[in-house]
Amino acid sequence: MGLSAITVLGVDRPGTIAEVTAVLAGCGANVEDSAMTLLGGHVAMMLLVSGGLPPASAFPGVAVTVTDVESRRDSGRDPDGLGYVLTLHGPDRPGIISAVSAVLAGAGGDITGMTSRLCGRLYVLIADVRLPEAVDVADLMCRLAAVGAGLGSEITFRPAEPDVL
Amino acid sequence: MGVPASGTPRELIAAPHPVLSARALPVDPADPGVVVAAADLLATMRRARHCTGLAAPQIGLGWRLLSVDVSLHPGARSCAGELVVANPRLVAASRWEPAREGCLSVPGLTGDVLRATRITVRGERPGSGAPVTIDADAFEARCIQHQLDHLDGVLFLDRVIRAWAVRRAEPATEPTGE
Repeated sequence: MGLSAITVLGVDRPGTIAEVTAVLAGCGANVEDSAMTLLGGHVAMMLLVSGGLPPASAFPGVAVTVTDVESRRDSGRDPDGLGYVLTLHGPDRPGIISAVSAVLAGAGGDITGMTSRLCGRLYVLIADVRLPEAVDVADLMCRLAAVGAGLGSEITFRPAEPDVL
Repeated sequence: MGVPASGTPRELIAAPHPVLSARALPVDPADPGVVVAAADLLATMRRARHCTGLAAPQIGLGWRLLSVDVSLHPGARSCAGELVVANPRLVAASRWEPAREGCLSVPGLTGDVLRATRITVRGERPGSGAPVTIDADAFEARCIQHQLDHLDGVLFLDRVIRAWAVRRAEPATEPTGE
């Protein structure tokens, strides 16, 4: 069955998620994967939905985009890859994510989750990174440190903690 | 000789700032300047709202000096009362658990950090230089480790366990800051 990727952006207030998902449920859509967060006072949702879909106009008060996707895709990720967490903090300036992600991409690193926050003068970027097993992590850390120094920021790159069961 | 009961509260340093990213230097606990700094650290901690601990870099001093007082925190089990320790070092740590932390030097953000819930720390008392050993657990252990990190130029942000584990602080939870 085909899937649809839906993005929802609206002002943060109680009830937004309830209203959006009620519209989806009303037309028989099934939310398979979803993520939601608050960005600068706005609620931002991404949903992967199967089944029938209402028109975007059915979602009052929020901006909605719908994109058809053929099916679930294999990420192509190295199953033996290793998980790391990258933290950057320092003064805000344009190009931080671009500079850091370029270094990771150059090593075959896959960013599987990312959060950035600006608090006053402090910019913080946290990324979950999957690295192929063969990557020279020490060399990558040196390159990240050089990028961090160029940005006037501190970067730490460390193995992800295993989930505690 | 001990730490004077009344120091002078100093301005809290917020990130980004070089002193918060640098490794602090060992101190002579009997140095009069260190004794004054210890008193000022305590005074700053007492003045800051809901503060359970501070490290000298947070008041702009790159010295290995920390203060702790978790006596009013609901998550505390062990409680050594109000402490100020020079040259503290972690000598034992066990039973690691994640929990949410904030920091007065990182206002507005919290993050989930894995820390030992049982620790032993050794150091020296400012003034007399007498050796001190602290066995701490639960929130006191977390608070001390947070301060020890400051002395190594490490913020809790550097230990957040995953991307989605850093959040904007809710006004009601911000007082967990250290």
